[in-house]
Amino acid sequence: MSKENGVIYRISGPVVTAVGISPRMYEVVRVGNEGLMGEVIELHGDQSVIQVYEETSGVRPGEPVVRTGQTLSVQLGPGLLTKIYDGIQRPLPELEKTMGVFIKRGVDADGLDLEKIWSFNATAKAGDSVSSGDILGTVQETKTIEHKVMVPPGVSGKIKSIDSGEFNVTQTVCTLEEGAEIQMMQKWPVRTPRPFTKKHAPEVPLQTGQRILDFLFPLAKGGTAGIPGPFGSGKTVTQQQLAKWSDADIVVYIGCGERGNEMTEVLDEFPHLMDPKTGEALMNRTTMIANTSNMPVAAREASVYTGITIAEYFRDMGYDVALMADSTSRWAEAMREISSRLEEMPGEEGYPAYLSSRLAEFYERAGRVETLAGGDGSVSVIGAVSPPGGDISEPVSQGTLRIVKVFWGLDAGLARQRHFPAINWLNSYSLYPPSLDQWYRDNIKSDFPEIRTEISALLQVEAELQEIVQLVGSDALPVDQQLTLEVARMIREFFLQQNAFHDVDTYSDLKLQYNMAKAILSFQEESKKAIAGGAALEDVVNVPARTDLMRGRFESGYEDKIDEMLEAMNKQIAETMEAN
Amino acid sequence: MTGKEYRTITDVKGPLVFLNKTEPVAFGEIVELRLTDGTLKNGQVLDTSDDQVIVQVFEGTASIDKQTGIKFLGDVFKLPVSTDMIGRILDGAGRPRDGGPAIVADEMADIIGAAINPYSRQSPSSFIQTGISAIDACTSLVRGQKLPIFSASGLPHNDIALQIARQAKLVGSDDDFVVVFCAMGITAEEYNFFVHDLERTGALENACLFVNLADDPAVERLITPRLALTAAEYLAFEHDYHVLVIYTDMTNYCESLRQIGAAREEVPGRRGYPGYMYTDLAMLYERAGLVKGKKGSITQFPILTMPGDDITHPIPDLSGYITEGQIVISRELHQKGIYPPINVLPSLSRLMNAGIGDGKTREDHKSVSDQLYAAYAQGRELRGLVAIVGEDALNERDLQLLKFADIFENQFLRQSRDEDRSISEGTLDYAWELLSNIDTKYLVRLDQKWIDKYHPTDKKE
Repeated sequence: MSKENGVIYRISGPVVTAVGISPRMYEVVRVGNEGLMGEVIELHGDQSVIQVYEETSGVRPGEPVVRTGQTLSVQLGPGLLTKIYDGIQRPLPELEKTMGVFIKRGVDADGLDLEKIWSFNATAKAGDSVSSGDILGTVQETKTIEHKVMVPPGVSGKIKSIDSGEFNVTQTVCTLEEGAEIQMMQKWPVRTPRPFTKKHAPEVPLQTGQRILDFLFPLAKGGTAGIPGPFGSGKTVTQQQLAKWSDADIVVYIGCGERGNEMTEVLDEFPHLMDPKTGEALMNRTTMIANTSNMPVAAREASVYTGITIAEYFRDMGYDVALMADSTSRWAEAMREISSRLEEMPGEEGYPAYLSSRLAEFYERAGRVETLAGGDGSVSVIGAVSPPGGDISEPVSQGTLRIVKVFWGLDAGLARQRHFPAINWLNSYSLYPPSLDQWYRDNIKSDFPEIRTEISALLQVEAELQEIVQLVGSDALPVDQQLTLEVARMIREFFLQQNAFHDVDTYSDLKLQYNMAKAILSFQEESKKAIAGGAALEDVVNVPARTDLMRGRFESGYEDKIDEMLEAMNKQIAETMEAN
Repeated sequence: MTGKEYRTITDVKGPLVFLNKTEPVAFGEIVELRLTDGTLKNGQVLDTSDDQVIVQVFEGTASIDKQTGIKFLGDVFKLPVSTDMIGRILDGAGRPRDGGPAIVADEMADIIGAAINPYSRQSPSSFIQTGISAIDACTSLVRGQKLPIFSASGLPHNDIALQIARQAKLVGSDDDFVVVFCAMGITAEEYNFFVHDLERTGALENACLFVNLADDPAVERLITPRLALTAAEYLAFEHDYHVLVIYTDMTNYCESLRQIGAAREEVPGRRGYPGYMYTDLAMLYERAGLVKGKKGSITQFPILTMPGDDITHPIPDLSGYITEGQIVISRELHQKGIYPPINVLPSLSRLMNAGIGDGKTREDHKSVSDQLYAAYAQGRELRGLVAIVGEDALNERDLQLLKFADIFENQFLRQSRDEDRSISEGTLDYAWELLSNIDTKYLVRLDQKWIDKYHPTDKKE
């Protein structure tokens, strides 16, 4: 008997139960007369439970369910960059063409443009022995990114013929002696991690140009970070800053269950942003996935997998990829919603018991690896978390914190004081510095780690002093502690605060960050000397050159002027001593 | 489709009716229930299978027995829409409530509402002047935004909503707003207040009301906002209207959602609210916006009362994650007798930066707003300090800021219910005047060039 076609037995929101088919787990099926796309998520006797990626109202029991034989997969090949997809890799501009501004259902669209002709430049040659992941040739996909066409996983042999030339993604560019034909497009099931040779330790920082992140709480290439924060604390701005400025080769940005207008802002803005390194549009290195909060939850559940599979594909070419997921809480909620429709026994707060293992599996797909082709590539994952009421004791935050190595804790109080980025320097952490410190010593300055330690120690001391100040006022402190408070204030206002919307201040490179931190410590040292020599604290703090030094960060060319400004400040501080 | 009437009810539980063995019934299909005394009720299919169908009854399940006849109408819930809806009052299920004729449908629109393709959206960037200084200066509203009012019981959120509905306009444009008003579970008294005010000001002719009162069926509340938004989408995207949707009270809506969840024995999320409440609310809030190629727009003003004044309660919390900011009403200011008692410190408009500045409001708007905010925040903090150490301990700067906090509340925030301040003269110039109570050297958030141009005493002519 045919097990290809069955019928619907039950419909409950996005969950449909079918009978008469025996599909595999996670196989994609077509549901109902309109052929809605769904995925099998449970087999139960002769019933198959399906999560449907589209709205199900109007669908009736008895309508057909058809197997496709494939699990949920993405199309990988030239044409991924600059694209904007929904959660199941349908290009949104294509959907607009076929169904107008509102997303209707039952429409299929290919993730890649199958017709577009690319210029394929073969780098392997006939007679070469190749195996999975080996690079056969390249395609200039965008102005800045060279796409590498690889042997699909599971294929190997000796090349019989390979041609440079003009091809679309479904035409054969290479034939193996064993008969396998290789096209530029390959498919990969999203829920399965792509293979690699081995994982490396994270040794290179992902530079973001954001001072508090790079300097105090760095993320390594191939590392994982979580950004939890209540609404209005600047999660999305931080994610967008990372997408704009991080020194990854490729950026995958997943808008998962977030605001439509916010996604539009990103879509409007990105094509106009220039990459500071190449001078080309940032969009050239970016793929976006937008599944807004009112789009079907099942597709939201799939969107993070779609994103990370695309990220892994570029990693396999030897690129450093940064993936931002905003927000993983919405993804977890999608899991919760589906789970409750399945009447599964819930874990904490109604989330399924497998929540933390799903989170772990997802973050575990990050890493810096030796690719099958022998090169190095990395996927860094930065997940925003939106804890209810800003309380991070909830399951998604906790499940995330157990896995990620960097925690950037956003703080509503700081946001309210308009201290941005509102990352709390007291409870945030990064576990990467020990493995990155050698890199900083070699590439920035030999005492970089020590300077960082001094800066964070000052902030700690400030927190303790503030408790006393709350009780007795700052005047009651001895003058050296008052100076410490001034220095800490300088760290906060001059160094940690950074204006994402200011043309110059929005990005500081590591070298400049180091110099700014040095300047603060130099202020402390010189002031101590001056005060010991009889100068008044107030005079020292108010030297005009210090204001110039601090304001200077808003001016272009600051990195060239900072040394001079620092000298001027030190000179003026020394003069306060003579004045007395 | 099927004209058949079933009498196969097995269970009735809360607002839900369970019945056995039917022809295939569509998910979301509309149901008519005929009670033994001939009364008709309406419902919708929540779950359907070959063996069992679960129907949610909008008017409540009172008097339903196992003899009740159930007819499936073969279609999902659709609302007859037409431009004749403007000026009409409809009930929570879309039927006339004003004694007028039924709406003659131009079109039958599915009330679920498809998601707008994010690629097809247009970024909202047109400033809406509400005439209320606190909102215009500090949490500016733009067309296509969804900006809720977070209030609590006993506070004048209704007055503020009405004032916005009356005064909202685009600067430099004659386009008027059509107001779609959606009442969910409010009292008859509140409803009369709204209607009288709309009548008094003539705004009713430009409004369409969907009304579900406190004594109307709770379950009906789940469809009322969907009807209102369907009407709004029709007016905005088919007929180029700029629509302002006000709904009150979202808290009642969420209570109904919880009620259904409990009746279905679903696993609850926080505080008993269903785990899908975020998605459900998003399906409403996300129906705001502008789309490419269409002239109209939908701007939303949901009002919600925070239970126990608690902003971390799931209703304001989930709303805040979806909406583009919030306007927070403060009990403290209200008790000081200040109207509108808007606490600008926790209030926020995420789209503000896109809607203000040169060519939209005024070049100095951002600076002035930051300065007001900073000065007021510091002034309020100093109040706490003064309570401990006394005013004598303050230096000159702190004294000025402390005084400014009072000036800000009593003069800038405070305005009458029909005072319509223009953004440039009424709000920003006024802000400059009040800021001049502080020495210019302490106004660090203001660029020198704006001080030179706008400061009432320090400006260079």
